[in-house]
Amino acid sequence: MNYTFIALVENKPGVLNRVASLFRRRNFNIESLAVGRTENPDVSRMTIVVDCPNGDVDAHRIEANLYKLVNVIDVQDVTHQPSVTRDLALIKVKVGPERRAEVNGLAEIFRARIVDVAADSVIVEVTGTEDKIEGMIELLRPIGIVEMVRTGQVSMTRGVNEGVRRMPGMSDRHYDDISVAAMVP
Amino acid sequence: MKKKGAEIVWECLVREGVEVVFGYPGGANMPIYDAMLNYPVHHVLVRHEQGGAHMADGYARASGKVGVAMATSGPGATNLVTGIATAMMDSVPVVFITGQVAAHLIGGDAFQETDVTGITLPITKHNYLVTRADEIAETLREAFYIARSGRPGPVLVDICKNAQVESCEFVYPDEPKLPGYQPVTRSPKALLDDAVALIEQAHKPVILCGHGVLMSHAEEALMQFAVKTQTPVASTLLGLGAFPASHPLSLGMMGMHGEAYANLAIQNSDLILAFGMRFDDRVTGTLKTYAPKAKKIHIEIDPSEIHKNVFVDVPLVGDVNTVVSDLIPLVDEYDHDDWLQEIQGWKNETDSRDIMNWEEDGKLYVAHLIADIWKATGGNAIVTTDVGQHQMWTAQYYQMEKPNRWLTSGGAGTMGFGLPSAIGAWFAAKDQEIWAIAGDGGFQMTAAELTTAVQEGANVKVAIMNNNFLGMVRQWQEFFFEKRYSAVNMLTPDFVKLADAHGVPARRVTKREEVEEAIEWARKTQGPVVLEFRVEQEDAVYPMVPAGAALHEMIRRPVKLAK
Repeated sequence: MNYTFIALVENKPGVLNRVASLFRRRNFNIESLAVGRTENPDVSRMTIVVDCPNGDVDAHRIEANLYKLVNVIDVQDVTHQPSVTRDLALIKVKVGPERRAEVNGLAEIFRARIVDVAADSVIVEVTGTEDKIEGMIELLRPIGIVEMVRTGQVSMTRGVNEGVRRMPGMSDRHYDDISVAAMVP
Repeated sequence: MKKKGAEIVWECLVREGVEVVFGYPGGANMPIYDAMLNYPVHHVLVRHEQGGAHMADGYARASGKVGVAMATSGPGATNLVTGIATAMMDSVPVVFITGQVAAHLIGGDAFQETDVTGITLPITKHNYLVTRADEIAETLREAFYIARSGRPGPVLVDICKNAQVESCEFVYPDEPKLPGYQPVTRSPKALLDDAVALIEQAHKPVILCGHGVLMSHAEEALMQFAVKTQTPVASTLLGLGAFPASHPLSLGMMGMHGEAYANLAIQNSDLILAFGMRFDDRVTGTLKTYAPKAKKIHIEIDPSEIHKNVFVDVPLVGDVNTVVSDLIPLVDEYDHDDWLQEIQGWKNETDSRDIMNWEEDGKLYVAHLIADIWKATGGNAIVTTDVGQHQMWTAQYYQMEKPNRWLTSGGAGTMGFGLPSAIGAWFAAKDQEIWAIAGDGGFQMTAAELTTAVQEGANVKVAIMNNNFLGMVRQWQEFFFEKRYSAVNMLTPDFVKLADAHGVPARRVTKREEVEEAIEWARKTQGPVVLEFRVEQEDAVYPMVPAGAALHEMIRRPVKLAK
């Protein structure tokens, strides 16, 4: 199953490489990784979606290993927390004037926008969760997708909710996050 | 005060208390070598950068301080790689300082340009590329702090040539600025209570003592805890020396070539107390059947080691010394007489299989030689090894009583570690006796450092256990590949002549009756000495837990009548 982590890292050269290299070295499979600046110029924020076949066991390993990187300031697992997640896709569809209305109609249903129109193609911009974008793609595919680009998922917890911070042994609360029974493979 | 980058490097090293640096100059670090002449730091010119890395490693292990090794860019830096990985796997604090081409040339494949921070990313605790002089002071401040704090490890600082020659204001920061680096040292009370509850219920507890005990100077706390709770102590390869081998509660080494009774104690225990160790596959055997009846308490400073290999009941993240010291007042006194009796039974059974109790058959066995060296040195020498059979025999028969005298490449298993790490250790402890035990294969990997030993007058005794085989690989081929010997039969040079060419006194020993005298001669001779022992060619290290087998499924040395 896919887990979503939010990592705050120092905004320094090479930090993205350190994170990516860690996932490669420890044999974790990244589904998507989005990086950007935050309100604090010294801090970048990463949303990392990782396939965790062993569930919380893998999630714990990923967090503990991320903390081993000197430049990583904070890691939260927001997989099971109420949060807003968004992915943005630009989809270029091969379509002439005769079927433009059809694409327009689909875009409206998905609250997507047509951001460019050429003689025989349009670019659709769609924002939303993974599922919504996949749905849109499925409907556009028969019409003819020429090109597509996606930003990867970004996430933010709602309200005062926070993600899970698993550092076993560091506080009573975090120790209880995973029962040992659940960790035996 | 304005200073050149190269001067700032040495200003920082002096402030960090660095007395000796192991290195090799080249194009990209010449300004650093020029500035060095004005600073009170001794430089050891090594013969190969790998040797320099191992020397800094040996120095760090023997002294408890941070070791420093230097190299130039490109091949100089890549030659360090094996030594960096060795320090990483065994959590040894070493700062590596490499020269790099000028910042404006980076990425252009300039002469001797190599992406050293990229190469060493997965084998350092952290690394830095420094492109400006004004970054040097804070970077080195952070590098030394990161290397020695938390779970120690190697840190590499790659300094561009322009940064070495530019000038800037020098200020040495009081505190490193590392918002993402806050090692945990203390476990919360609630978890300590959980641990105490398990300790109270235990009838068959065992302490597993790892390198972390030595790194955190927890020897005293370990002793108090073990005696108060009457808990026997088994050691990992790197934990040897933290608990005196002669103590009645000592079980010696555990694991693949550990004592049979130590492994049996672990497999039959009902509580494992892991102190600063990481359940490496060489100490657990197959995890499916590892200590099946035991609850587990894991004291470890690195949270990523918790539940990594073995799932534990109570994780206590923190500095071993602090956590164990916090535990001692919380536990009651116990006696585990029945349990200790049971272990004693296994011990007695082992005696008849111990090669030490066999009659002499005129051959030279490494186990005997190690015991002889142990006897001659009173068990007080600093002992380094390469990797393989001789390493295991030394671990088994050089009974370590005191900490920080047993220097061996455990996690990485690096051949060629013995001689250079012994030279490094000599700089940490010049008044102590130092023996490098090497195999004929491993010795040849870094033999060039003999000259370094001569140039520095390093008082190290090298004992080469020559069986004309890559012994451990041969043993595996004998046991697991139907004795199909493949690329293990090794021609060796005349080690006595080789030593002679280096100006090192040397002797060859072929008979047991010559051993004692040869060892005494080596001990009395000032400066480096080489002893070559022509040992039994096809001896095997026992007991052995085959890779992937359960810890109690050991191949044992066949029983022979004791003398």
